[in-house]
Amino acid sequence: MNTHEIPALQVDDLTVAYRERPVLWDVDLRVPQGVLMAVVGPNGAGKTTLLKSVMGLVKPLAGRIQIHDRPAREQRRITAYVPQRNSVDWDFPTSVLDLVLMGTYGALGWFRRPGEAERERARGALRRVGLEDLEGRQISQLSGGQQQRAFLARALVQEAQIHFMDEPFQGVDATTERTIVELLKELRAAGKTVIVVHHDLQTVADYFDWVTLLNVRLIASGPVAEVFDEERLRLTYGGRLAFAATGGGSVAAQPVFGRLAPDEERKGS
Amino acid sequence: MSSFLQDYTLRMVLGGVLALGIFSGALGSFAVLRRQSLLGDALSHAALPGIVLAFLLSGSRATGVLLLGAAIAGWLGTLAIRAMVRGRLTREDSALGIVLSVFFGLGLVLLTWAQRLPGAGKAGLDKFLFGQAATLVRSDVLLMCAIALPSLLLLVLFWKELKLLTFDAAYARALGLPVERVEALLTLLLVLAIVIGLQTVGVVLMSAMLIAPAAAARQWTDRLSRMVALAALAGALSGAGGVLLSSSAPRWPTGPAIVLCASLLVVASLLFAPHRGILWSWLRFRRNRRRLDEDLVLYHMLQMAQHHAGRLDHPHARRVIQSMTPRADVRPVLHSLEQAGWVRRREGDSWSLTSDGAERALSHRAERERPPS
Ligand SMILES: Nc1ncnc2c1ncn2[C@@H]1O[C@H](COP(=O)(O)OP(=O)(O)OP(=O)(O)O)[C@@H](O)[C@H]1O
Ligand SMILES: [Mg+2]
Repeated sequence: MNTHEIPALQVDDLTVAYRERPVLWDVDLRVPQGVLMAVVGPNGAGKTTLLKSVMGLVKPLAGRIQIHDRPAREQRRITAYVPQRNSVDWDFPTSVLDLVLMGTYGALGWFRRPGEAERERARGALRRVGLEDLEGRQISQLSGGQQQRAFLARALVQEAQIHFMDEPFQGVDATTERTIVELLKELRAAGKTVIVVHHDLQTVADYFDWVTLLNVRLIASGPVAEVFDEERLRLTYGGRLAFAATGGGSVAAQPVFGRLAPDEERKGS
Repeated sequence: MSSFLQDYTLRMVLGGVLALGIFSGALGSFAVLRRQSLLGDALSHAALPGIVLAFLLSGSRATGVLLLGAAIAGWLGTLAIRAMVRGRLTREDSALGIVLSVFFGLGLVLLTWAQRLPGAGKAGLDKFLFGQAATLVRSDVLLMCAIALPSLLLLVLFWKELKLLTFDAAYARALGLPVERVEALLTLLLVLAIVIGLQTVGVVLMSAMLIAPAAAARQWTDRLSRMVALAALAGALSGAGGVLLSSSAPRWPTGPAIVLCASLLVVASLLFAPHRGILWSWLRFRRNRRRLDEDLVLYHMLQMAQHHAGRLDHPHARRVIQSMTPRADVRPVLHSLEQAGWVRRREGDSWSLTSDGAERALSHRAERERPPS
């Protein structure tokens, strides 16, 4: 079997614009199967837009997106999406288990309701994210970190081959972050591809084996050891990074990065 | 009561308002949860020119024809809103406002004009403004049921799609659901819910029948299925209540009476519903504060007692206890502690811990002083 030569995700010439000026410009990307990849770049770089284009939520001006060698829109069954937590109204009248069950709706098809089998799978997913005790709770009574894990569980029950996650670490504490990282590594160990929008440059080398640097244009994409270096980061973030390199000059040496000014928005057109 | 039900008009009216209340309550739940309360208002107002034009074009005043016109106009209204939002001409709320006022204004102009035509006065088109339940006849009620029942069936069949669309449309699309079509179905059902209420409640008040039962139902439950069922029930109750009101006080128009009942249900729900209701929150707040005060008083009594050579049942004057608890009046607190058996009243107005109370205070202090894990 040479399935691993088929890229999990292949993007060619992707250009997306909400108004006149493109927010993604001519992006080419090839992600092999079975990697755990971070997408990094400054605020407004187009990371969310990239994920939304893959999920068919925004319509690109140009370009081709393929998952496992077929158009992305034909591969919804094997693609799972974890949107940003604040994208929904958490006061919606539903329980945690019910939220997770929504992940099974795609495979169920019309007119079928989730049954005991689906419920069992949803409980399994809740156990994997450590929320098994909260299955009956109304979703508005979850903390931010618990909401994030509930969203992860919803993606897990899809039993997808490739996962796209938009800032799953946003606003979670260190313990939850560890839980989520373990889960991502489990997914990779099971041969899945996981693509994660990530903001903390310090943990990229720790958590991920593959990285894409993005700022409207693609700056670089490849194994962390090869492409995650000072020069490319400077290209991605402009002059806004404070570097404090440690270790001696080897390619894999981990630079230590100063914090970025939070919420420094790019000027829109 | 039995003579009430034997009255043909009343029976028809009751049947009509029940169908209307159930259907608009159920559909309104989705509109409210999608924050589309204004959409219902825009679409019901948009129906007016459709009614008048249907009459002008066909010359018929059969309810079916007029309501078909209303449905078409309502649907055109949604298309206009969609086009304005998609084309980035305005934001959604402005688009809703524009459709509401343009369509409704056009409807009023047409209505004024049509009523001057010979013979049109008897068509009773103006009843669609505020509704006139007394004009419902058997065929009208059958038509309402013929629209409401299949629509409710569709709601059940596409339940999970409608639910997901309402909660997280982006995720629905990412799952590969045909979101546009599900959304079109929901809008169609909303238009139908409006249409069947026009004759009874009228274009002006119809949106209240979508919003009020759903808003009331939301207070009582945290499950969508129960909310939809409760909203249908609230719609039915409002309908029946309105009919009762207007039949016992003749001169009361039925439509506004129904809306009044629905509004009363909303107010009652906001006040009295468990968990989310205002009264409940207030009681819970008071209960928590009282418990806090009780623990505080026990804690202070324990501290003071331990200064007296560790004799936990050492009595303390109330005024001393009060001086340590400036935030609250300690008298009611001491009385409820006494009832719980945690303190005992001694001679004069002095108080001491019982052994149960001392135990409780000790365990609370241990908890208080333990570092958070
Ligand atoms: N719906 C929209 N309409 C218009 N412009 C948009 C829309 N969504 C995003 N943009 C713009 O597109 C650009 C890219 O946005 P995107 O959300 O993809 O950035 P991001 O890399 O995810 O940023 P962040 O790190 O802040 O999440 C930004 O300049 C943003 O202002
Ligand atoms: Mg983003």
